[in-house]
Amino acid sequence: MDNSTFETKSVITGPMHASLKHDSAHKHVTGQAEYIDDIPEPAGTLHGGLGLSDRAHAEIVSIDLDAVRAAPGVVHVLTAADIPGFNDVASTGQRDEPLLATDLVQFHGQPIFAVIAETRDQARRAARLAKIEYRDLPHWTDIDGARQNGAPLVVEPMVLTRGEPQTEIEKPPLRIQASMTIGGQEHLYLESHIAMAIPGEDDDITVWSSTQHPSEVQHMVAHVLGIANHAVTVQIRRMGGGFGGKETQGNQFAALAAVAAKKLDRAVKFRPDRDEDMAMTGKRHDFRVEYDVAFDEDGRIHALDATYAARCGFSADLSGPVTDRALFHADSSYFYPHVQVRSQPLKTHTVSNTAFRGFGGPQGMLGAERIIEEIAYALGKDPLEIRKLNFYGQPGSGRTTTPYHQEVEDNIIARVVEELEASSDYQARRQAIIDFNANSPVIRKGIALTPVKFGISFTMTAYNQAGALVHLYQDGSIHLNHGGTEMGQGLYTKVAQVVADTFQVDIDRVKITATTTGKVPNTSATAASSGTDLNGMAALDAARQLKERLVDFACRQWKVERKEVEFLPNCIRIGEDIVPFDTLVRAAYYDRVHLSAAGFYKTPDIHWDRKAGRGRPFFYYAYGAACSEVSIDTLTGEYMVDRTDILHDVGKSLNPAIDIGQIEGGFVQGMGWLTTEELWWDDKGRLRTHAPSTYKIPLASDRPKIFNVRLAEWSENPAATIGRSKAVGEPPFMLAISVLEAISMAVASVADYAVCPRLDAPATPERVLMAVERLKAM
Amino acid sequence: MSSAIRFILNGEDVTLGDFAPTDTLLDYLRLRRRLTGTKEGCAEGDCGACTVLVGRLTDHGLAYEGVNACIRLMGSMHGTHVVTVEHLAAKDGALHPVQQAIVDCHGSQCGFCTPGFVMSLYGLWLSNDAPSRADIESALQGNLCRCTGYEPIVRAAEQVAANRPSALFDPLERDRAEIMAKLWSLQSATDTITVEKDGSRSVIPASLEAFAEALSQEPDATVVAGATDVGLWVTKQMRLLSPVIFINHLSELQSIAADGEGITIGAGVSYTEAHGFLEALIPAIGRLIDRIGGAQVRNMGTIGGNIANGSPIGDTPPPLIALGAQLTLRSHSGRRTMPLEDYFLAYGKQDRLPGEFVEKVLVPRPAENGHFAVYKISKRRDEDISALCGAFNMTLDANGRIEAIRIAFGGMAATPKRAKHVEAALIGQIWNWATISAARDAFDEDYQPLTDWRATADYRSLTAKNLLTRFFLETAGAPTELRRFEMEDA
Repeated sequence: MDNSTFETKSVITGPMHASLKHDSAHKHVTGQAEYIDDIPEPAGTLHGGLGLSDRAHAEIVSIDLDAVRAAPGVVHVLTAADIPGFNDVASTGQRDEPLLATDLVQFHGQPIFAVIAETRDQARRAARLAKIEYRDLPHWTDIDGARQNGAPLVVEPMVLTRGEPQTEIEKPPLRIQASMTIGGQEHLYLESHIAMAIPGEDDDITVWSSTQHPSEVQHMVAHVLGIANHAVTVQIRRMGGGFGGKETQGNQFAALAAVAAKKLDRAVKFRPDRDEDMAMTGKRHDFRVEYDVAFDEDGRIHALDATYAARCGFSADLSGPVTDRALFHADSSYFYPHVQVRSQPLKTHTVSNTAFRGFGGPQGMLGAERIIEEIAYALGKDPLEIRKLNFYGQPGSGRTTTPYHQEVEDNIIARVVEELEASSDYQARRQAIIDFNANSPVIRKGIALTPVKFGISFTMTAYNQAGALVHLYQDGSIHLNHGGTEMGQGLYTKVAQVVADTFQVDIDRVKITATTTGKVPNTSATAASSGTDLNGMAALDAARQLKERLVDFACRQWKVERKEVEFLPNCIRIGEDIVPFDTLVRAAYYDRVHLSAAGFYKTPDIHWDRKAGRGRPFFYYAYGAACSEVSIDTLTGEYMVDRTDILHDVGKSLNPAIDIGQIEGGFVQGMGWLTTEELWWDDKGRLRTHAPSTYKIPLASDRPKIFNVRLAEWSENPAATIGRSKAVGEPPFMLAISVLEAISMAVASVADYAVCPRLDAPATPERVLMAVERLKAM
Repeated sequence: MSSAIRFILNGEDVTLGDFAPTDTLLDYLRLRRRLTGTKEGCAEGDCGACTVLVGRLTDHGLAYEGVNACIRLMGSMHGTHVVTVEHLAAKDGALHPVQQAIVDCHGSQCGFCTPGFVMSLYGLWLSNDAPSRADIESALQGNLCRCTGYEPIVRAAEQVAANRPSALFDPLERDRAEIMAKLWSLQSATDTITVEKDGSRSVIPASLEAFAEALSQEPDATVVAGATDVGLWVTKQMRLLSPVIFINHLSELQSIAADGEGITIGAGVSYTEAHGFLEALIPAIGRLIDRIGGAQVRNMGTIGGNIANGSPIGDTPPPLIALGAQLTLRSHSGRRTMPLEDYFLAYGKQDRLPGEFVEKVLVPRPAENGHFAVYKISKRRDEDISALCGAFNMTLDANGRIEAIRIAFGGMAATPKRAKHVEAALIGQIWNWATISAARDAFDEDYQPLTDWRATADYRSLTAKNLLTRFFLETAGAPTELRRFEMEDA
């Protein structure tokens, strides 16, 4: 890794574009970083335990909680009857997610009651003593089951159409119709969900919640308690990982803690066990992609028709926008002259699926890359050749319009892929692998180079706004607050860099403070990779306002022109004078200058009409490419990633070290999704891959043995983003598609690369072996 | 008789007389001592966020090993030195080199797993000043990170390896002599310790003899060595256990030795200790042990416990059965010995009488002119439970005929089990492609595996057959198993 990618423009510590360490790194390694479970508890804090459904779909006939109430340490047993407001935590407003089930359960693990006890251990033990009688109803847990049972859709589906797909798909000489099954994914943030509610006077309540979306938790707690938003304060300093799993899923724990805290007038903490967390909270959606593609002998796509069906779980949650984003990325980096893609968000009797890094984009893109593979194997060509042939063109090429009618104006994919192809020595290695495979009966190798183009912005336009609050204190220290949450991605560090850079002060002068709805209201979820883009700009706005006031003051006091005032590292040149920053701030205070500012930002130039399937949902695109080489064992299906090379575009990086960390981490997480991470429900609808003992995320020994990650240093965001950087949270996740396709090539070798292996995800050793067997039999 | 355990926690001497047998070290640290640097990620020994070091006196002196505090029970802490992440930095706040390396390499993102990684890397740093990449990855097998992709953490481990400012810098090097003296005085106390709380009882017997005696008086007591299985009964099933007899400290059960007959492994020998001893003698078993749990689980878990619990997916029984191991059970009244394969009667049912415990297992060495291999198949290569695990032990005669063969599998039946039909199809035949092709179908007579979340029945059956093919190819000198590091072949 190269930390000196960009020249810093000054001598302050912590300017923009410098490889600063994570602001909490020192506290992480000493164990001093406080997560919610580490905060000293108020005296008399009670603890929640959860009573969960052990049926996938059933009517509740009776609930007997006498033994629960009589158990040691139990203070109260919370049921729906205790909820003063609405028994509902649906983030969509669809009212389809009760906080506690009353007469119907719709997934195995749905909460029915909660025990409030003196200790967590007592609460958990007591929760097991309930006697609940059910009347079972028919249940289905997957896409096939949903379709066979005529399952309803959890939200209105979306359709994107451009050109004349129905007629054009009949014309070209070649056509393939097939499908791909794509598995879901558990977030497995290392810190499971947690909430601690502390009651106050009147309706007031303060909730510490491990959430990416404090404002939504605030609204939900108010909704459940039947009180005004102003009575609820939600706070979070840091999460132990989020990845989308804490965008909406924290609502229920915060709401339960709040209801109990208000009822009992004591602080209440809920921390589910890992098994409960995995049973009760949503995951990445599984998909089935059914595609019908028409193309010519060169491999150029003429028309595509595809259906993206998703397992959504029992309620809508974020399934609407997730399945929408799958369609937004059903083009990957490719131009489809004629296209129709549609979503099918199916209801299933499983926990409601939710946001997860990429938010449907990975599934959309994976479907497109499978289509490329189909064409390549049908024509006996290298999939990379087919990719290049179908890339979006440059403006003026007539090949720049997406299926949602946004023009791709900032396209750099061809350059990224070309550079990576050269730096990874792709062509020579591919030939060497083909030669190796010809002489290796058991071990086979594969290599694949896949592109990423990811649209940046919330597709719900209103979410593309942010606020920040900056105070200057009299000693020249700076208090920074904004609506973004820190889950490890380094957002707090980057935004502090923006502020330090704006004032030209060392970053240790900037205090980064916990996100709270009391300081910055009406915030958006820290999601959609947008945290830095939105909050960085809002903080810049606040800092600039203060800077303007300081300049005004300096001009007044020193009687100089504005152009004679210049912010230098930790001081200000005013005319002939050099004034330390803190001196100027103190002088400004005595001159009664307002030293606090609220900043605001909204993303310009975006709009989206979902019904029409037209608009400009994205402010810009982030690009990248990865080349992975793998070995597989054709006797067992086991595999190993031998090498991965990545070239990724983050625009002009705000912090190259943090960005590279996002790329490496996103890639490995994506690799897990496509390889060893498999969710498995039994016939009773119970999730049996319930914790890390049975659900296998990558280990250090699974990462590519050789792992070269570089930033596209020449890239600058043409859109006016903070420091011309680009979002980095989600796009690198999809670089991992290169691993699945490399495995696919290794499998294809057993049939002389003449058959598309149609390897579904996750490619567990079992799926790899079964694909090998299928191809051998052909 | 004593009624309290004594141990050292970081720099403090602790006497503790009020804990239940199911109380975990993690809850003790976080709830009673507010040492909140140690985190709970999974409460089942799989994520490593709760990693602490436990120091104890061994034949080699004072050794510190990473363990999972979430499933380590307090009854097993007597006479140890518990070191948490709070103990590493200097009093003036200066970071330990291991911590500094993680900071410098950007090895933390959300930071929740980080204290666990610090402790695992610290354990490695203490014991190995020139770790290879393989050593580092092995030391990190029991630590999950969901943010970084591990690359910067591995870089930190490489960077810090040679960085040893001075012995005084490191708290454990600095206080070594003092800690050894204290532990020696704690461990040499001869009393059996019994701790009672709210009607529950933990027994820490003073000797093997006292253990046998205690078990004969309370044959229903739960015997806990490493707690890598029993710990989950507590954290996941919330079972109330009492009385519990803790035996992890009994040095009489911890001997491992080789003689003409074979290798005798005491029931209390941890995987880590067994690995150190076996990797040279029976490399195939060494490689297998390297893939059981993470380093923390291997430091806690014992060969005896793996056998005693009788899990159908336990990894050590298949190779031991294939080698013809003999199990010795002991009770207050005597000993009996049986072939290991006879010990497993049915799912969850072993041939162990009330009052009996597993004392040792005798493992014959593989024949010098024979072929022995163990193959573990799991969804994820490391720190995963087997979908299936097969062991092959064969000798050929001068004409290339199969003179003797023993094949045993785990994950294919309700117990670890020999493939007697396959063996019968092979014995006396020429060891060639035709023979193994003909023998493959016999697997279906030996095993009717189940479908579960680890694999389908079809995959298990097919792969078992293919492992015979792999064994054949490897005896023919064509290694087929994927190895991450070439040195594993050594």
